[in-house]
Amino acid sequence: MRSTGSSRHAPRIAAAALAAALCAAAPAVAQEPIRIGSFLAATGPASFLGDPEQKTLEMYVERINASGGVLGRKLQLFVYDSGGSAEKARTFTKRLIEQDKVDLIVGGSTTGETMAAVPLVEQAQVPFVSLAGAVVIVEPVKKWVFKTPHTDRMACEKIFTDMNARKLDKLALISGAGGFDRSMRGECTKVAPKYGIEIVADESYGAADTDMTAQLTKIKGTPGVQAVLNAGFGQGPAIVTKNYAQLGITLPLYQSHGVASKEFIKLAGAAAEGVRLPAAALLVADILPAGNPQKPVVVAYKRDYEERFKSDVSTFGGHAYDGLMLAVEAIKRAGGTDRQKVRDEIEKTKGYVGTGGVVNMGPADHMGLDLSAFQMLEIRNGAWTVVK
Amino acid sequence: MSGQWVQFLASGLTAGSIYALVALGFSIIFNASRVINFAQGEFVMIGGMSAVSLVAAGAPMPLAIAGAVAVAAVVGLLLERLAVGRARSADVVTLIIITIGASIFLRGLAQLVWDKRIHALAPLSGDTPIEFFGATILPQSLWVIGVTIVIVAALSWFFRRTLPGKAMLATACNRTAAQLVGIEVRTVLFASFGLAAALGAAAGVLIAPITFTSYEAGIMLGLKGFAAAILGGIGSFPGAIAGGLLLGLLESLGAGYVSSAYKDVIAFLIILAVLFVRPDGILGAVRSERV
Repeated sequence: MRSTGSSRHAPRIAAAALAAALCAAAPAVAQEPIRIGSFLAATGPASFLGDPEQKTLEMYVERINASGGVLGRKLQLFVYDSGGSAEKARTFTKRLIEQDKVDLIVGGSTTGETMAAVPLVEQAQVPFVSLAGAVVIVEPVKKWVFKTPHTDRMACEKIFTDMNARKLDKLALISGAGGFDRSMRGECTKVAPKYGIEIVADESYGAADTDMTAQLTKIKGTPGVQAVLNAGFGQGPAIVTKNYAQLGITLPLYQSHGVASKEFIKLAGAAAEGVRLPAAALLVADILPAGNPQKPVVVAYKRDYEERFKSDVSTFGGHAYDGLMLAVEAIKRAGGTDRQKVRDEIEKTKGYVGTGGVVNMGPADHMGLDLSAFQMLEIRNGAWTVVK
Repeated sequence: MSGQWVQFLASGLTAGSIYALVALGFSIIFNASRVINFAQGEFVMIGGMSAVSLVAAGAPMPLAIAGAVAVAAVVGLLLERLAVGRARSADVVTLIIITIGASIFLRGLAQLVWDKRIHALAPLSGDTPIEFFGATILPQSLWVIGVTIVIVAALSWFFRRTLPGKAMLATACNRTAAQLVGIEVRTVLFASFGLAAALGAAAGVLIAPITFTSYEAGIMLGLKGFAAAILGGIGSFPGAIAGGLLLGLLESLGAGYVSSAYKDVIAFLIILAVLFVRPDGILGAVRSERV
């Protein structure tokens, strides 16, 4: 019964399929979309990165398409949720390249995901703009790989520059056990001698630790300490700041760009007074001086994002904005989606003003940011102020 | 140098008091049911988070604290009624697994009801540190230690001087005998979950101004309280208090004088050491008693 039924329908199904195929093919011939691939940690422990990144990509692809697309072609976004897993990132990268046949990839919320995708994009020769932080992504330079966020080394350098200006050269480090914390601690230790800074104490605390008075008491008792730097992320730095005030330590305290959010001021309260930290311009969009080249970009992005999603803007979404815009600019200059040409154009990016800073790339620099991308902030009266 | 000592002691006693409250919760439920309730840490989290949202809703602090303890107690009672109590005929291991499931469920629920952010709670009497023999102590630490002493005193009165308290003790000593003299063992189990949850919530409210709170705050505190309960001998109330304080002091002194990176390791080494020294282990002891 069943077999006769299906054979009777078969010609009709085939005809319908043919019609559908024709229908889909017709506009494609006229106007092939530009295929942009992405894999992001939209869920899981790194979702605070991937979630705003995905929202940003979707919002701006929509906006660009609404205003006529790029070179008269629409953008088509392929996004996969890697959950922050490097293994999944590898699988999705493969799929983006082989099945979705994307023209380029903008994605990779974490360094782990990015590094898992690197061998694949290098082999397939697909331009790849990563949204993750670590230096290893662009050092050594990989032909097809670029990145938009600042590195933790730059945060260290920004802090050390500020310490030099304040004539402080004996530093105590206190850092958490997380990946971000450890990586920044390593970078700071590495670049400290370049700035004539000596690290006289090096304490650490656990990921879920709730009391750092013991570590800070040790730092307090270390002779010669002139400043303290906390490389950390999440609630740890807020507790460090509170304990710091409790112990009555009056040395300058530096925090990392990892806590550059209003949340930190709210949690640490009065204890946060006088704390300095490097941060991207996006966080202080409202108080940037009028002459700052980034001001119009960050103000616009902040407004768009906050209006649409009713939640505070974060630097991570900004990285995705920069990644997409760098790619779009490069495609425009290349006059198409030829991968080699697009790659060359991304590398030639000069003076692109993004949320992360002013980008000047080159064959030896696939990030293109310098220390001016960071603002040194100080917390005064419970609000950010820019240190001159 | 002496200032450092006092500082480490003060930090240790503050953390230790909290561990003791959590450990008491473990012991109360263990006595009533031989179950190690791994959702105990979630009661701490529920206490802290409820207090935060009650304060945010405009409730005055005393009301917020009472409300938070009440919310947690209700969750504890519901947990007993809807999950643990229904599987009472199952063996202890199954019940323990149910509590692990409940803790994961409560954590997920907290993410939905509240959010994934970290929250601060205002301290009870200001943030100005108190100088004390060269160390500086937050007023909140004194609250933590003081309230713990009051709770311990109240509990000991409850267990020694009141009928329900004595009924709970009798059930802990000998369930069958307790049942024979007319004690409603079922009710004791029910009440023990409420009491343990209320204790955990009190700990959560007290600690939130010092350590912040979030939907995940219960995991580590629960494990530390468990370590403290084992260290003092699970089921023993004086043991839970001694174990909590000792664990807090060991951690703080360990972080101060040995290495700060291994602070959490100390707690878990203690669990392992105690389990190795008592080759029976906790579950083993339970099984032989049940036969």
